[in-house]
Amino acid sequence: MEDLLAARLQMAISLGFHIIFACIGMAMPFLMAIAEYKWIKTGEQVYLDLAKAWSKGVAIFFATGAVSGTVLSFELGLLWPTFMEHAGPIFGMPFSWEGTAFFVEAIALGLFLYGWDKLKPWTHWTTGLIVGISGVASGIFVVAANAWMNSPAGFDWVNGQAINIDPVAAMFNDAWLSQALHMTIAAFVATGFAVAGLHALLLLKGGNNRFHRKALKIALAIGAVAAILQPLSGDYSAKDVADRQPAKLAAMEGQFETKQPAGLSIGGIPNEETRELNYAIEIPGLLSFLAHGDFSAEVIGLDQFPEEEWPPVLITHVAFQIMVGCGILMMFVGLIYLYLYWRNSDKLQSRWFLWLVALCTPLGFIAVEAGWTVTEVGRQPWIIYGIMKTEDAVSSMPGLQYPFFIFTGVYLLLAVIVTWLMYRQIITLADRYETAK
Amino acid sequence: MLMEAIIFFLGFSIVFYVLFGGADFGAGVLEMISGNMNRKTIAHAIGPVWEANHVWLILVVVILFMGFPKIYSTLSLYLHIPLLIMLIGIVFRGTAFAFMHYDAIQGRSNRVYNWAFKISSIITPLFLGIVVGAVVLGRINPDAATFYDGFIAPWLNLFSISVGIFTLILFTFLADVYMLGEADNQFEFKAFTSSAKTLNAISVASGILVFTSAQFDGLPLFSMYINSWFAMLMVILATIMIPVLWWSLQNEKTILSRALAAGQVIAVMLAWFWVQMPVVIRQTGSGENLTFYNSAAPEATLWQLFWALVVGACIILPFLYYLMKVFKGSQFQSGKE
Repeated sequence: MEDLLAARLQMAISLGFHIIFACIGMAMPFLMAIAEYKWIKTGEQVYLDLAKAWSKGVAIFFATGAVSGTVLSFELGLLWPTFMEHAGPIFGMPFSWEGTAFFVEAIALGLFLYGWDKLKPWTHWTTGLIVGISGVASGIFVVAANAWMNSPAGFDWVNGQAINIDPVAAMFNDAWLSQALHMTIAAFVATGFAVAGLHALLLLKGGNNRFHRKALKIALAIGAVAAILQPLSGDYSAKDVADRQPAKLAAMEGQFETKQPAGLSIGGIPNEETRELNYAIEIPGLLSFLAHGDFSAEVIGLDQFPEEEWPPVLITHVAFQIMVGCGILMMFVGLIYLYLYWRNSDKLQSRWFLWLVALCTPLGFIAVEAGWTVTEVGRQPWIIYGIMKTEDAVSSMPGLQYPFFIFTGVYLLLAVIVTWLMYRQIITLADRYETAK
Repeated sequence: MLMEAIIFFLGFSIVFYVLFGGADFGAGVLEMISGNMNRKTIAHAIGPVWEANHVWLILVVVILFMGFPKIYSTLSLYLHIPLLIMLIGIVFRGTAFAFMHYDAIQGRSNRVYNWAFKISSIITPLFLGIVVGAVVLGRINPDAATFYDGFIAPWLNLFSISVGIFTLILFTFLADVYMLGEADNQFEFKAFTSSAKTLNAISVASGILVFTSAQFDGLPLFSMYINSWFAMLMVILATIMIPVLWWSLQNEKTILSRALAAGQVIAVMLAWFWVQMPVVIRQTGSGENLTFYNSAAPEATLWQLFWALVVGACIILPFLYYLMKVFKGSQFQSGKE
């Protein structure tokens, strides 16, 4: 295996693994905070049980996310030393703040997980909230650093060296807001729907009790609102990408030719050889509108770029279609939920609705993985867009396939164990909590 | 002054990682050598704090790549292999500990986590020490022609391994003395006291091993220490603390013993810092030694780093104190004094 490919795959696997734990770390504390808030306010045991049951899962996820995040902070250098040597001083600033945010998160989590009996209820509740806030802050800082790779700012590149470095301008690059917004909302969609789906499944499996019903309500409310907001942030992101990274947008859409107006292609399989998008459904003018707010605007295609600067079109396009598809499905389920909730309908308890929610369990995380693929693969062949190519940044140590194999094995093993531990948490719920019987 | 302030934060983070994170690893080793005897006490002691203790390392990494990128990239390129092994240790240690505690069914699987926890508690400090040894020794060679010379020889040598062993023992020693305050019965307390003395003695012996192996590997470590009055002062201080510590252990003075153990470790580390300063990575071949000064990021970056660290410290330190007070506070009010 080629070293560059091995390094890229290792990075992809590490980030793809970590992103799941990061999303849960961002959103789950708020779900627990809602449950604990209700418990403090109403004194109902079911809410305390729920907060505690969720916190057990969070502890497992957080530990795994903390170590996989540590690995990433080293991997940036282990795999891309040249990149880090140049980029560290420019985009390091959000990481320096992330350090503080993550520290606060870890301290607050220790207090939250082990402090049930040691802290006053409201103090305990506050520590949970701090976990969530600092988790979201961590996520935003890391995404701001990634946004800089898509939209480099805050330096001048002269003869292969960065001069006039301005870390503040680098952190607040053109892409940070749209990316941070999209990622943060995605974390809430994915976590909300995954948790709601699991509890819906447990309700269907016969454990029809208040525990799962309350859990479903809290998780789905958060997931539904986030899923409805997400297309708006997606639209903002798309317009941003159209301006800054037209090659990425063209790959996402599988658009080989520059068109005015451009239609939106749904589905389809791009063929880089023939430069055609096959089997797609096209809606005339819509892409022009989505990208530039004008049905007759020109949308740049891949023909405007030399072929060696094309991102892998097939992967980017398919990943984008998957992300949007999952997102739209969840948005519809979210709308149905809110409508039924507003009508106070008893259909919320019906089996078809529970099945609908249960089927959505993996969709949010599939969308997160697909979206991350779009942003990373769509940036190729650049590691710093327009400045440094990925192939020029890779470590010169030969044999990079071995670290890749090792980490793939480690993460596979951890994924299996974490899944198994969650399964064991779930099957013992009724033994541990009276309200979950 | 800006540069010195950032170096101070870096040193501070390293020392805190060793004092807290290091002791967490040591606790795993302790469990290994005591044959699981103190398993519950150890789990109880590190449960609430390990995740926070761990973050110091991330801080070190961030300061390096933002403030001294050339140092970070050189370390990651030439010491890829030991860093990789260390990371695997970190992954298994963190997860095994959490899984051990949060497996809903406490059964046979616990043996597997426990086994992973102990093995990784040994591997991580060992390879952390090996990385430190490699940095000091100076066999990193940008001109190396073979894979072995470039990526193996810098760290697979007598000296680096000795530093690894020294680190491992030092962490275990720290953990042992900290555990005095966590012991829940007199029997356990006695056991920790006696192993503390043994470990203190072995620490000294492995320290001597480090100096001896340095001579073998052609590093004049001894004369480097002799020529630095501050390093000598620290070594003398650490030595004077030995009999005081033994007296304190004998008389069951928990808090004093903990302070002395931490004090010894701090003295050892400060001595090392001073001997190194301002060089961070010694290189051979055409690679010049990397110092804080010739590898620093531009001033605009250092200022941002500085402010992030100052504000971060103002938030983290009081919060960390609160964490310790909630979970460890009782040990200081009604300790075994």
